[in-house]
Amino acid sequence: MADQKEHLQALSDIRSMMERSSRFISLSGLSGVFAGVFALIGAYLAYVKIGSYTENYRSMLQMDIHGRVEVANELIIYLFSVAAGVLIASLLVGTLLTMRNSRKKGLRIWDSTGQRLLINLAIPLGTGGLFCLIMLYHGDIGLVAPATLIFYGLSLINASKYTFNDIRYLGICEIILGLTASLYIGYGLYFWAVGFGILHIIYGAVMYFKYERG
Amino acid sequence: MKNYIQHLNKAFENRIRLGIMSILMVNDKVEFSSMKEMLDITDGNLASHISALEKLEYIEVQKQFIGKKPNTTYSVTKAGKKAFNEHLDALEKLLKQRD
Repeated sequence: MADQKEHLQALSDIRSMMERSSRFISLSGLSGVFAGVFALIGAYLAYVKIGSYTENYRSMLQMDIHGRVEVANELIIYLFSVAAGVLIASLLVGTLLTMRNSRKKGLRIWDSTGQRLLINLAIPLGTGGLFCLIMLYHGDIGLVAPATLIFYGLSLINASKYTFNDIRYLGICEIILGLTASLYIGYGLYFWAVGFGILHIIYGAVMYFKYERG
Repeated sequence: MKNYIQHLNKAFENRIRLGIMSILMVNDKVEFSSMKEMLDITDGNLASHISALEKLEYIEVQKQFIGKKPNTTYSVTKAGKKAFNEHLDALEKLLKQRD
């Protein structure tokens, strides 16, 4: 029977080496919480801006077409800057926290697992980003918010093979949310706030308590 | 009762060699330094196990220069994959037999 124990031990050693060497495990849960908070702040800023935009809708109807286009462009630029700000802040804090985390674990941040994670996250995410820009180019604004959620979810599921498997569930939630959002066009901002804000905070907190505090 | 024990590969009895093979089975190329980190062993210890596996032609060594720094990476050979899979099968069968 001692033999059996040895063989089981060998199998579990093999499994853990395969896991550890092929998955990026320094991803910090706290960075998810921060990304969520930034997203909620961004959503609030966008909400206020869109509110004032619709309030002035009547006076806009008095404007000629050039005036309307100008106001609409200004709104889009504002929303884009908010989104870019949220993205940059999240990436910055996420990278810093993840670096700190990998230093604590004595791992290098830029090893092959990190590279693979980034590449496999970037392919579906970049596709989605370009697709959304193309939709904007055609003036189809309605499905942009749902599409970002759906593509983000798919990216997370793709990336889950290269980091904590838990991220898969976040991906599934984002896809369900994105599909639901595509049924309720016009509420994109609320779905965004839930998908990028609340889901990130919940996921980040769960990951933090599950892997980092112990 | 078949004796699967004879199918267990002596080369993989050592835990470090088992670790090296496990890592190389799921990664195309691994650097010496990352291998050392993952297995948490000394340079000399790793080098001796690697050369043992290399002699059996289970793993391949690629040496190159990145800038002026020498860079050594390892990958598993076809023979190594086959041997390791057979070893895993044997382990599995041994465990099943006892159920």
